[in-house]
Amino acid sequence: MKKAIINQTECVACGACEKVCPRKAITIFHGIYADVNKDLCVGCKKCEKVCPASVIQVVQKEVVS
Amino acid sequence: MKKWNEYLWIFSAVYLVAGFFNILFAWIGMICFVTPLLLSIIGKGKIYCNSYCGRGQFFELLGGRLKLSSNRNIPAFIRSKWFRYGFLAFFMTMFGIMIFSTYLVFNGTNNLKEVVTLLWTIKLPWNWTNTSTVSPWIAQFAFGFYSVMLTSTILGLTTMFLFKPRSWCVYCPMGTITQGISMLKYKGKVKQNGTTSKGNS
Repeated sequence: MKKAIINQTECVACGACEKVCPRKAITIFHGIYADVNKDLCVGCKKCEKVCPASVIQVVQKEVVS
Repeated sequence: MKKWNEYLWIFSAVYLVAGFFNILFAWIGMICFVTPLLLSIIGKGKIYCNSYCGRGQFFELLGGRLKLSSNRNIPAFIRSKWFRYGFLAFFMTMFGIMIFSTYLVFNGTNNLKEVVTLLWTIKLPWNWTNTSTVSPWIAQFAFGFYSVMLTSTILGLTTMFLFKPRSWCVYCPMGTITQGISMLKYKGKVKQNGTTSKGNS
């Protein structure tokens, strides 16, 4: 199963990913970084494509934590 | 149906055009400085960037829907802390110089210069607006502020073409400040590795 992971230390919290997410799986945590709800994420890569800082990667996750 | 705040790109576009007709409209741009600061200070994080930034939407529209962006990854150094804070420091220094030259016109040391400066170097004569109805310093600030807004739009458009649509957001000085304010405000809620502490989100 594919899930988005975010490099939160380099995230600029612009919210571009939050806007494109069709599952509303991304929220911006107090204006600091984007956070993915892994239960909602379907790994569609829309956020990865749009992220201006290129800090989102969609990777294969066998075990969903 | 789209919400009202999804049309704020129109505000950004109209603002840029309005400055060509009357430089005094530049003052309206203060909204784009004051609102994000106030919102982050009262604890709303980067809600301005996330939902209300007309410029971000404008770049999304041009680069995304109109496909003017090459969608390449931004070079790593631009998203580094050094570059972001360095650009913020440079931007604020230039902003401070602009405020000081407004002050020099206010106290009568200098006369009003009807010039818009692009990229801090290129001076464009901008004397088709009648500014005699207001105090010279009010007009001087308008010229200075419009220069800031036009310069940052040019930079934003350039990186929108070269990289991803909202590349400007990576080094936007207002974004860096509001993220900094949010970090200070919510420091306790962020763990060292950048993940959310449970129960606080």
